[in-house]
Amino acid sequence: MRTQLCDALIARAANPDMLFITGDLGFMALETLQEAMGPRFINGGVAEQNMISVAAALARQKFETWVYSIAPFCYARPFEQIRNDISFHKLPVNLIGNGGGYGYGVMGPTHHAIEDYGVLLTLPNFAVFVPVFDEDVAAVVTLAAKTENPCYLRLGRGEYPKGYKPQPYAPWRQLTIGSGPMVLVVGPLAGSYIEAFEALPALRRPNLWAVAQLPVETNPPPFELLTQLAAASCLCIAEEHVAQGGFAAQFTLYLASRGMTIPKLTTLCARSHIYERYGSQHFLREQSKLDVPSMLTAIAQ
Amino acid sequence: MRTFDRPLSAQDFTIARKRLLRMHYEAGVGHIGGNLSAIDAMLVVLHEYMQPEDLFILSKGHSAGALYTALWTLGRLSDEDLTMFHKDGTLLAGHPPAFGIPDIPFATGSLGHGLSLAAGSALGFRLRGSDGRVFCVMSDGEWQEGSTWEGLIFATHHRLTNLTVLVDHNNLQGLGSTESVASMSPLWKKLVGFDVEVDVVDGHDPAAIRVALDRVANRPHVIFLQTKKGSGVSFMEERMEWHYLSLSREQYDLALQEIDRR
Repeated sequence: MRTQLCDALIARAANPDMLFITGDLGFMALETLQEAMGPRFINGGVAEQNMISVAAALARQKFETWVYSIAPFCYARPFEQIRNDISFHKLPVNLIGNGGGYGYGVMGPTHHAIEDYGVLLTLPNFAVFVPVFDEDVAAVVTLAAKTENPCYLRLGRGEYPKGYKPQPYAPWRQLTIGSGPMVLVVGPLAGSYIEAFEALPALRRPNLWAVAQLPVETNPPPFELLTQLAAASCLCIAEEHVAQGGFAAQFTLYLASRGMTIPKLTTLCARSHIYERYGSQHFLREQSKLDVPSMLTAIAQ
Repeated sequence: MRTFDRPLSAQDFTIARKRLLRMHYEAGVGHIGGNLSAIDAMLVVLHEYMQPEDLFILSKGHSAGALYTALWTLGRLSDEDLTMFHKDGTLLAGHPPAFGIPDIPFATGSLGHGLSLAAGSALGFRLRGSDGRVFCVMSDGEWQEGSTWEGLIFATHHRLTNLTVLVDHNNLQGLGSTESVASMSPLWKKLVGFDVEVDVVDGHDPAAIRVALDRVANRPHVIFLQTKKGSGVSFMEERMEWHYLSLSREQYDLALQEIDRR
């Protein structure tokens, strides 16, 4: 999604109030943005805490401020700066974390961001975007720029079958239709299930919904989803994020606090940094039972 | 923010010190020592150097009492505001709040944030083409925070000439002297090699502080204020426990007498 990010930001670069700060990352991705922005493209160096505080100070002066790093470096090291300097003051800094979830797979556990949005959504006023498809990025950038709150963009890699045409961006989108269970998935992981679900007979095919904006409280599920849910006998929620603070917890709390019935629930989520071996994003999804065969097994039960 | 057109008199410093002590005494709270070490420089900066377009950031948020008192001397906070210090429903929390006091741009209190906030603000002024300057008052202990050095690197790399940092170098921190905890004294020697202008002055001598502030620097300016924790009150001076203790009635009366005799 970095190419789409770069294009979307370049499209905004004519705005003299726009600033972009990178934590010394973006090789072979952000060069065209740097060229377009000139001195308003700032390399903050290997100093994430400073980068966040500087961004907060610039946002306070009404600059449209974007901060970029790989996802684990974006929120974990500088969490206190995000909390105190950005969130406490409700400053509209846009944090961009590339490679959310297991995006940096075999690079090792320090490079995994599997608690990112859960952590950030404990803070007041935060909005999180998890684009599902590459084509969502432009819309998400526009939305984040308009939002008066701090935002976190968790970028990954669009995953959908060859020839698939994504629907225009929306916080909630139904990707497959059937008479099987309800399946709700956060971000690009949703796209990875499309082909397998489409191959199922209609009676067993899940109603697959992709979620791209959090928290649920400010992005409530659409009526159509709730209608399907009311008729469903089971619900499966999958996310490349640990269970604690994740979407499944948010969503079920949302339903329960409104007196809505929660069907039989299965959750698939990232294991909490507990591994004996490391590997690619695909390997780590398998380890966490987030891969396609594991999903098919989960919904068959 | 500046509202006075004349240099502060000795009486102004005395009035501020007494009001600071009264506020802390009535609230029954500590952090008095570090407030008394920082208040002289804060008064000089806020009264005599700050222009409307400038920004003041108190990185050592535990000296909020000195900041509130300085704002009171400027008429920016009222007596009523100060009587609410530390009380339920107050704007005047123990550390500077995030909202509600226009002269306070950022909530501080977690050490090691202020220099980066100040550097970002100074860069923003430059990008806006503003003449605004940023003044940042720090503690000496917070130079043990890695983020402070990140901020220094950023400020020097971007050659933020509109940034003035004042370090309240009172040599005491939470559980001992800065020397015994981190072997950093004298702190200004640790800045050798950074592209900064460094001054070392008596932090309780307004004239010396003015000389340093008047110096035109073509790079970020760091002024080390050699101060005494608890300055002006003999039983508090250079005693670590006055980072924490509150005043008894007897101690409060004695402190006022000493400040009057100063």
